[in-house]
Amino acid sequence: MDEKFSFLTKIAAEPSNLIKGLQAIQAAEGYVSNDAINAAAEYFGIPPVEVEGVLSFYAQFKRVKPGKYQIAVCDGTACHIKGAPLVHEWLKQELGLAPGETDADGLFSVETVACLGCCSLAPVISINGRVYAKLDRKNLKKILKEYAEK
Amino acid sequence: MKIKFLRVGVASCGIAAGADKVFEKLCEKAGDIPVIGVGCLGHCYAEPLVEAVTEDGSSILFRDVKGTDEAIDNILSLGEKDRFEIPEKRKKHELVKVLALAGKVNPTDISDYIANGGYEGLKKALTLSPEEVVNQVKISGLRGRGGGGFPTGTKWSFLAAKQAEEKILICNADEGDPGAFMDRSLMESVPHQLLEGMLIAAYATGATKLFIYCRAEYPMAIKHLRIAIEQIYAAKLNIVNGRSLEIIIKEGAGAFVCGEETALIASLEGKRGTPRFRPPFPTDSGYKTFPTMINNVETFGNVPVILREGGEEFAKTGTESSKGTKLFALAGDLKNPGLVEVPMGKTLNEIVFEIGGADKDNVKAVQIGGPSGGCIPVELFDTPVDYDSLKALGAIIGSGGLIVIGKDRCMVETARYFLDFTHRESCGKCTFCRVGTMRMFETLERIVAGKGKESDLEMLEDLGKKIKAGALCGLGQTAPNPVLATLRYFRNEYEDHVIRHRCTAHQCNELVKLEIDSSKCIKCKLCIKTCPVDAIDGNFNIDAEKCTRCNSCFDVCPKNAIFRTDLEENK
Repeated sequence: MDEKFSFLTKIAAEPSNLIKGLQAIQAAEGYVSNDAINAAAEYFGIPPVEVEGVLSFYAQFKRVKPGKYQIAVCDGTACHIKGAPLVHEWLKQELGLAPGETDADGLFSVETVACLGCCSLAPVISINGRVYAKLDRKNLKKILKEYAEK
Repeated sequence: MKIKFLRVGVASCGIAAGADKVFEKLCEKAGDIPVIGVGCLGHCYAEPLVEAVTEDGSSILFRDVKGTDEAIDNILSLGEKDRFEIPEKRKKHELVKVLALAGKVNPTDISDYIANGGYEGLKKALTLSPEEVVNQVKISGLRGRGGGGFPTGTKWSFLAAKQAEEKILICNADEGDPGAFMDRSLMESVPHQLLEGMLIAAYATGATKLFIYCRAEYPMAIKHLRIAIEQIYAAKLNIVNGRSLEIIIKEGAGAFVCGEETALIASLEGKRGTPRFRPPFPTDSGYKTFPTMINNVETFGNVPVILREGGEEFAKTGTESSKGTKLFALAGDLKNPGLVEVPMGKTLNEIVFEIGGADKDNVKAVQIGGPSGGCIPVELFDTPVDYDSLKALGAIIGSGGLIVIGKDRCMVETARYFLDFTHRESCGKCTFCRVGTMRMFETLERIVAGKGKESDLEMLEDLGKKIKAGALCGLGQTAPNPVLATLRYFRNEYEDHVIRHRCTAHQCNELVKLEIDSSKCIKCKLCIKTCPVDAIDGNFNIDAEKCTRCNSCFDVCPKNAIFRTDLEENK
C-alpha cells in the first residue's frame, strides 16, 4: 500500500469500515484520488470498482482535488431566491468553473453547499471558510482578484 | 439576590446565533459564579439564551444576549434588560417529558445527568426481567417516532424472541429531512438519555452490539455522544446481563435514503446505501445477517421516561392510538420557530398559532413530515396531531418537521422544492422512483415556469400513484406525497399556473415582474444602488427583461413601494 495512506491501518481492515476509511482519506487529502481508491481497495480487500461504487453513492465524497481556495456558493432557500444562480453564472464567466470543478492551476474550486446559515445576508459565498456576504458582481470580482494576487 | 450559577444554551443553533461568544464573555466576567454550557431550550427565536439561577432557586431568563460588556453586566446584575419569559400560551400546551433535561444539564457531564434522575430508568429496568421490560414498553403504547409509527414494544419482542450468537441494536440518527432538528437537539443536549434508552433496549432484547448511525453533518452530536460513551464505559453502566456491551458510532456520508432501515444496514456494512426487499425483516436477518432492530433517536429518548414512570402512567398522555408526547421542529412563516414537545393529539391550531405565534391571517398550510409528508390546509387545522388522523388527510406525522407556509408562498413551488430534493436523493434501484420522481420534478419545473399544460396535472397524479405502488422503500413510496397533497388541497393554484399562466402568490419568478408604486416612492434611489443587474433606470422603471426577480430592491425599499405582480400578458 502507498505509504501516504498508512494512516488507514488505524482502522480495522474489515469491509464494513470502508466508509470510515474513505472519510479518513478525505479528511487527510481533501478528496479521494485514484491512488487512494486503490489503497483502500487493497487494505479493505474490496475490488477498486466497488470502492468507486460506494464513493459515488454518497454526497460527502469528492473525486476532484479542491483548489487552494475553495469557493462554496450557498444555495439555501434564502440565497437561492436572492440570486445564487447568478453568482454561479458570474463565477463561470470569471473563472470558467462550474460547481464541482477546479481550475487548471489548482488555485480555485467551486462547489454548491446547502446552507451556510447566514440567510439574512444573502447571497453569500465562503472561501476557505470565510464568509463573504451580500454579493454583487462588482464585489465578487474584487474578492477573486484579491485571492488571485495573494 | 445572588446568582448561584448561569446556564448558556450552546447547542448548534445557539452557537450560530453567537452563544459561544456570550459563553466566553460570561466565563471571563462571572468570577466565582459557575457558567455551564447546556443544550437546547427549544426557543430558537430568542437565542442566544442565558439562564441565571439564583440562590433561592428561582430562574431568570435573558434572550437575544449579545457578547457585549453591557449585555453581560446586565445579566450579572440581574438587570431588567433582555428579560425573557416563556410565553404563557406555550406553557399551557407544552408537556415536556422527553426534553425535560434539555437545556438543564451539562450534556458532557454524566454526574449532572444522574443527579437529575438520569439512569434511574435503567436501574429500574434491571430490577425487572427482560420480558417485563418489553411488556412495560408494550403497555406504554409507544410507537416508532422516526415516521413509521410501528409499535415499539412489539418490535422489541421480535428481537427478544430470537436466539443468536450476536443480536444488533441500531439507533437511527440519520435525520435528513430539510427542516427537522429534533434528534440533533436531543443528542446535543442530553446524549445520555439516548444511551440510557439503548441500554434498556439491549437488556430487554438481549442485544450484544449497539450502533448509532449519525449523519456526519452533526459534529456536535457526535462529539457529545463520544464523550458520553466514554463516561458510560468508565462507570461500567454498559455491563448488562453480565456482558460488557460495545457502543459504536458510525458516521453517515450524506444520503437521505439511509434513513430507511435496510439501506441504513447496507451503509453500516460499508456498502452503497440501497434498500432491499423485505422479508427477510431485519429482526430475522439484518446487519451481517444477525438479527437486528432499529429504533429512532426520539423513540429511545422516550424509553427512560417509560421505565421511570411506568408504562401505564405513560399511556395516560396522548390519544387512543398514539401515546405520549411528540417533539416538533417548528419553522417557516411564524413568529416563534423552535423545538416544542406536546402531548399527542394537540391540534395544529394549538401548535401553529398558540405555540408558534403564527399570524392567523397569513397562514395557508403546514407541511408536515418533510419531503415524505404532505401539506394540510389551514381549514383543517382543528385536526388532532396523531398517527392516524394525519394519515387520513394524506399526510404523515413523519419525524416531526413542521413547516408553516404563509399566504405569499406558492404551493406548486413548494411541491417542486421537495421533489427537487427527493429526485436527487433517489438511490436509483427502482425504476418508478428513479425515473418517475425525475419526470415529476421536470413537469413541476415546467409548470412554475408557466409552460405547463392542463394534462400535466392528471399525469402528475397518475405517475404519483404509480411511484407509490412501484417503489420498494419508504423514500420512493412517499416521494410523491407533497405533490399529491398539494394537488388535493390547492388544485386551484396548479390550474392558475397551467391555464392562466399566473402565480397567485406572485412567487414564481418567470410569471411575475416587479414594479414600483410611484405614489409610495420617495425617490431615495436605494433600489437603484442595490440592484445587482442595473435593471432600474433613473425614472424608477424596472426593466423586466434585465430584472432577475432577486427581490433585493423589494427588501431595501424603506416605504414598501416595490411589489411583485402578474406579467402584463397574464393579468
